[in-house]
Amino acid sequence: MSVAQLIHEGGLDGYYRFRDEAGNKPDEAQHDFHAYDLPEVQAQFVSEEGEGIKTARLSVQGIHCAACAWLIEQFLEKHPAVKSVRVNASNRSCILRWDSQQSRLSDLMAQVQRIGYKPQPEQQQQRQAQQRKETHLAMMRLGVAGIGMMQVGMVAVALYAGGIQGIDDYWQVFLRWVSLVIATPVVLFSARPFFHNAFRALKMGRLNMDVPVSLAISLAYGASAWATFTRSGEVYFDSVSMFTFFLLLGRFLEMRARNSSSFASENLQQLLPLSASRIHKNEKQAVPLAALKAGDRVWVASGETIPADGKLCSAFARVDESLLTGESKPQRKNAGDSLAAGTQVTDQALEMLVEATGSSTKLSAIENLVRQAGLEKPRQAALADRIAAHFVAAVLTVSVITGICWWFIDAEKAFWVVLSVLVVTCPCALSLATPAALTAGVNRARALGILITGPQAMEVLHKIDTVAFDKTGTLTEGKIHIQSLIFAEPEHSFNESEQEHLLDIIAALEKPSSHPIAAAFAQREQTVLSESTEVIAGQGVKGIVGGVEYRFGKPDFAVPGRRLDCPVKPAMWQLLARKEGDEYLALVWLGLNDNLRADALNSVDTLRSSRYSIALLSGDRASVVSEIASQLALPDALAELQPEQKLQWLQAQQQQGHKVLMVGDGINDVPVLSAADVSMAMGEATQLAQSKADSILLNGRLSTIPLLIELAHRVQRIVRQNLAWALLYNLLALPAAAMGLLPPYLAAIGMSFSSLLVVLNATRL
Amino acid sequence: MQSLLILIPLALIIVAIAVAIFLWAVKSGQYDDLDTEARRILFDEQKPQAEKQKNKAKNKVKNDGE
Repeated sequence: MSVAQLIHEGGLDGYYRFRDEAGNKPDEAQHDFHAYDLPEVQAQFVSEEGEGIKTARLSVQGIHCAACAWLIEQFLEKHPAVKSVRVNASNRSCILRWDSQQSRLSDLMAQVQRIGYKPQPEQQQQRQAQQRKETHLAMMRLGVAGIGMMQVGMVAVALYAGGIQGIDDYWQVFLRWVSLVIATPVVLFSARPFFHNAFRALKMGRLNMDVPVSLAISLAYGASAWATFTRSGEVYFDSVSMFTFFLLLGRFLEMRARNSSSFASENLQQLLPLSASRIHKNEKQAVPLAALKAGDRVWVASGETIPADGKLCSAFARVDESLLTGESKPQRKNAGDSLAAGTQVTDQALEMLVEATGSSTKLSAIENLVRQAGLEKPRQAALADRIAAHFVAAVLTVSVITGICWWFIDAEKAFWVVLSVLVVTCPCALSLATPAALTAGVNRARALGILITGPQAMEVLHKIDTVAFDKTGTLTEGKIHIQSLIFAEPEHSFNESEQEHLLDIIAALEKPSSHPIAAAFAQREQTVLSESTEVIAGQGVKGIVGGVEYRFGKPDFAVPGRRLDCPVKPAMWQLLARKEGDEYLALVWLGLNDNLRADALNSVDTLRSSRYSIALLSGDRASVVSEIASQLALPDALAELQPEQKLQWLQAQQQQGHKVLMVGDGINDVPVLSAADVSMAMGEATQLAQSKADSILLNGRLSTIPLLIELAHRVQRIVRQNLAWALLYNLLALPAAAMGLLPPYLAAIGMSFSSLLVVLNATRL
Repeated sequence: MQSLLILIPLALIIVAIAVAIFLWAVKSGQYDDLDTEARRILFDEQKPQAEKQKNKAKNKVKNDGE
């Protein structure tokens, strides 16, 4: 049943009204969740309350907006065994309480999968808990600063009004004490990260934005407190609280924009099944993966993932190794050949002898490559940070000069003037300039259909000059289609009903096969039946349809004993033949191919006309790759690349000073995705590829990529405008403050106004 | 005017209580998801769920009765 039907029948049509963007199409491969019912496996993410009520913490891939969260909640709530379910759209987690006596967890997870989401146990709880704690703390600091700012502001109105109209000393002292009491927690609790960062920077001999911020806050607070105790001078408690709040708000927005995804907790080990069926005394028993040891014999059913490295014991098998090599066709393995963990068994179950598990597998070697690549990724200093260092030095110098000048003019006022210089130049707008634009940009990208997850993707994207694409699943759809059909006898006239009939016969023959070729026919309705069908691995299929034997497969299999030349057009050519007497008669050639995505050509052309150089990196065979490259008119097409060769190519480009955007989807792209300046995974990409990429192309439309790059340029323009405005404001206000002309309330209003302008400018995106 | 001497400290106490409630709310995870909760009010509640809650309430009554 289709997802849309399920949603409709559940009365959950509201989803379509509230969703932000088209959701993911559910994977065709439906996962089997039975392993999650094993108590050893559940121990990691399920807690029991007694009476069979259990709570599972799941992370659900595929949630993009609040409507998704609502849909999952509503859908699961209908299940009788579910006691409560809460889905968090921000970090894509789901807390599920259910009655384990009524339903197994695997059934509930399968339900979630039916509506198109991918549930899995929440892992690495420790790190997530850590992140949660940090967010909580940031929010508490922001809240305390906000409440404090408002309260002090209220008192400040009274003080300013008193300053204009005149106020009894008695009341002034009282109101100052009240301000002091409220501002103290703001400075000591809320502003602590600034002090901490400034201290750390100074200890390393560097200057950052937090240095003058800390200086301004601590001096302003200290002086105001002194003024309160000694009943002299001015108080700046309102300004202190306001800085703290606005600065924290900027940081908070930035943090939210940067932590917008929690894909980061993915790792390669999650590709492995949770359990394996070990053969013990001729009996199969399910054991958790962790219990598997070298020397065990393991049974792997067709379509399942091989749990460990080892040797094949069965006579032969076909294994999809695209994970490691990117090769789209399954590999034939004979008894004694080595098998790698994480690769998939295609059409035939196999028995294997385990040789290596866990961290000694080839899969772990890739993981190390990924980690290494991630470390070597070029780091980008944010524009604001670079400006900040100069700015900070300038502000400190100006403050000192002002201080010295005023010392000679009027020693009593010197301290207060220096302070107002620091206050007025508080880089509020400067520190809000980037995060405001970035947040707006990330939201805009989401509306385009791209989820930005990498911390600096937005900032680096506008510098890109090279775009590298993977082939299978990125430029192409990653599925085999019938591309062309040619009758074996050239003089045969084209006849549509005959063609359909022949395709029906092939579909009937391919029915029992689970070879990728068969998938190209799976959509066809069955009109004819094939009897005594036989799948000859690596060759083709044969069967009897309507009393006549047909063969479909490689040319020398379909018509044995004769050499037939494939048509010239490049594709994967298969032949259908009919038995006539003792001879086989060639009927029709079928050209199978992995189609280009509909908008691939268009997008590549758009990128090329904007003077980006474009490269194609593929692990697939050269003949297939060159065909695709010629369709797209790409001169730079590299075929048969191992993951580490892709990485080498990328690093060579980076050494030449190129900035590369890598678009890919497979596991074999993961190292290169981690190392690219900016990386993008397709929406259908493996979870691992998504977790290592800076952005995810949710809608699967390649034509969005040029739009995103254009957006990144606009974001950068807004950032520059904002920074320019912030600097201009500071430059204008600085002389006024240095001459002692600017009263504190004007400085505060000016600062808020400039911050507001920066935020409003960002919303133009 | 002298009433301010009582009213302002009183206001401070109320602010302190408000801050304490806010801190509690953050700690108990009420601000963890700023995206979903903002929209939850817009989604219509479904009938089956309402019935389920009713059933739950009924069961509770029954259990209490026993």
